[in-house]
Amino acid sequence: MRLKTLLLASSGIIAAGMAHSAAHGEMADSMTLVSWGGAYQNSQQMAYVVPYLEMNPDVSVTWDESSNEAVAKLRAMNEAGNVTWDLVDVVASDAIRLCDEGLAMEIDHDEMLAPAPDGTPASEDFGDLIVSDCYIPQIVYSTTVGYRTNVEAWNGNTPTDICALFDTETFPGQRALEKRPINNMEWALLCDGVAKEDVYDVLETSEGQDRALAKLDTIKDDTVWWSAGADTPQLLADGEIVMGSTYNGRLFSLIVEQDQPVEMLWDAQVFDLDGWIIPAGLPEDRLARVMDFVRFATDTQRLADQSKYISYGPARASSAPMVGQHAELGIEMAPHMPTDPANATNTFLYNYEWWADYRDDLDAKFQAWLAQ
Amino acid sequence: MSELTVDTPRPSLTGFTLPLTTAFGAFFGLIAGSASGSVLIGLVAGAVIAAALAFGLCTLHGNKTIRRGHGKWIGAAVFGVLGLIVGGVSGLLAGALIGIAVGWFALWLHTGAYRDNVPIYATGPQVLWHNTFLFICGAVFFFLIAPILTIIPLSFNAENFFTFTPEMIALDPEGYSLKHYNDFFTNPDWQQALWNSVKIAPAATFIAVSLGTLAAIGLSQSHVPFRRAIMAIMISPMIVPLIISAAGMYFFYSRIGLQGTYVGVVLAHAALGIPFVIITVTATLVGFDRSLTRAAANMGANPVTTFFKVQMPLILPGVISGGLFAFITSFDEVVVVIFVGSANQQTLPWQMFTGLREQISPTILAVATILVCLSIALLTTIELLRRRSEKMRGLSPG
Repeated sequence: MRLKTLLLASSGIIAAGMAHSAAHGEMADSMTLVSWGGAYQNSQQMAYVVPYLEMNPDVSVTWDESSNEAVAKLRAMNEAGNVTWDLVDVVASDAIRLCDEGLAMEIDHDEMLAPAPDGTPASEDFGDLIVSDCYIPQIVYSTTVGYRTNVEAWNGNTPTDICALFDTETFPGQRALEKRPINNMEWALLCDGVAKEDVYDVLETSEGQDRALAKLDTIKDDTVWWSAGADTPQLLADGEIVMGSTYNGRLFSLIVEQDQPVEMLWDAQVFDLDGWIIPAGLPEDRLARVMDFVRFATDTQRLADQSKYISYGPARASSAPMVGQHAELGIEMAPHMPTDPANATNTFLYNYEWWADYRDDLDAKFQAWLAQ
Repeated sequence: MSELTVDTPRPSLTGFTLPLTTAFGAFFGLIAGSASGSVLIGLVAGAVIAAALAFGLCTLHGNKTIRRGHGKWIGAAVFGVLGLIVGGVSGLLAGALIGIAVGWFALWLHTGAYRDNVPIYATGPQVLWHNTFLFICGAVFFFLIAPILTIIPLSFNAENFFTFTPEMIALDPEGYSLKHYNDFFTNPDWQQALWNSVKIAPAATFIAVSLGTLAAIGLSQSHVPFRRAIMAIMISPMIVPLIISAAGMYFFYSRIGLQGTYVGVVLAHAALGIPFVIITVTATLVGFDRSLTRAAANMGANPVTTFFKVQMPLILPGVISGGLFAFITSFDEVVVVIFVGSANQQTLPWQMFTGLREQISPTILAVATILVCLSIALLTTIELLRRRSEKMRGLSPG
């Protein structure tokens, strides 16, 4: 502890502030962490929080399952001058927005985060996944498609690629897609013959957007629109739909843990990130506590531990070789990771910056299309 | 004097009873058919079986072999056996229920019993309207109750989804379990939420009842100026959309340091509960005889003694039912607490809300079932108190 304090004291204003308060023992003894609930939050609890609390028994941690509306709530808190959150789990595009608006604190990754065991600085260990100066990535997840394995009307055919979503001849039945343009527009263009690298160029034009919507039009009558990650697994389990998009961890739980007659596609899976941001303007003692926690919770071992509980790939390159077995079922987790080479043969790189620029326009257009 | 008897003519079998029963049977056949995936077969089978049943029943009734009350049991037997053949145990149950309806319906039409509750001189359309009206009332009742009844069996699901599994439909004990109830009673998140609700609701109720009763008594005095305006302001939390109150409270409470505290949530919920108390207590005060307080004063009691010894016992039913409404408001409230509370004040409805969004787990249904039972118990109490209050009002001289 003393060594760490000394190390940190030698660098940066923030780190100096933290070291100062840490040296005086002025760390807050409670933290409010914001996450998504469910199995994902549980994996964070088991991998980061439980061991941290064992080391710091006088600290208490409260979870707030509000990541879904984190941007709106942080804006309101900021306006009311009363930020009650200490650490917030958000997806990459939300992190970019929060950082741009000044609601999240900018951080120096190499100073604040632990280096890899071999000494590689954190910024290199996370690599390209640091999509914003405020962002501390934890995991890579993907949005992909699950389908029921016992659909009689399919005559023994099984989907092999993403375009099965649009093939209502071979694969009749209801589908579930997310009620927002992201992913759906890209998939529609891919299946309409646009090459992977041209998707965002085409989508930039009004004609391209209409083209994507026209493709989606072909399955609009067969589609249920979901807004919560739990919807598709529920609909698949009770047979309301025959295939649908959702997060790969949800499908893992449905297939492996709940043993439902469902399989998943890895084709054209869309990667996204989940990570922490620290709200701007925290009081010194709370900031000191959060910094201490984040340094611990995002080190190589902790990120690797998280994959015991959920099939999301750790964001650090150095964690990948340490991915082990499922905590309860004892199965190897590596083949279930979206980042596993066998699964990642055809992935689609979701362009955060592009969406940050076009999101508002396309959201409006997509919602208008839905209402038609 | 010979007794005047009126003979209603028997409706025509082929022109009235048979077609209507057939249509009725076809409707059930349609539902059963769409549930098992073959709409047309269900429709035709339902129509044919209902027609045959109606014909048989009417013939038997015609030669006095059976009475009207027997129709539903014969119908239940016929449809039940057919259901058993097609769909096993669950088919038997569903078939029996449909059979009761169809069998009863056939003889109800055939014997002319559908005219029983209308005057003898009513015309055809009047009779039709009378029965349609009853049917609409029944349908309204059904659509209000059915969603609540559906969640109860689902909460005993052995799977982790909101699904009637084949085992459940076959009434196999394997398909049922208490694990979601177990989860509710052992999961620390749910227990914390329950504990928060149990801490917040009574405190909010206590404040709402105390302030609301005092306000109602004050506002019932005729000499208070601007009574109507004050009343309107007090009732406003009930009328203003909740989300607006919630957003307003959020910013106000943040400024004064109450946001995210136990006291803040209690005060917010008390404000929501006060209108209910004011309304119920004001209603009880209408039946309260003012001369009783004057009589008490005449006998030397001070106003406080008068209130607790004379007025309070008489308006108690109103106070209690207002309190129950305030309690349920706080116990069921999700919008305001999400704004005013922080993660430490997560109440049951909040936990249910996030649970429903993030992980659709039948634990929510188990909690919902428990809450439904609790609400029924509370509403029964309110109804009993209302009756008592009415009785007492009848006795009081005012």
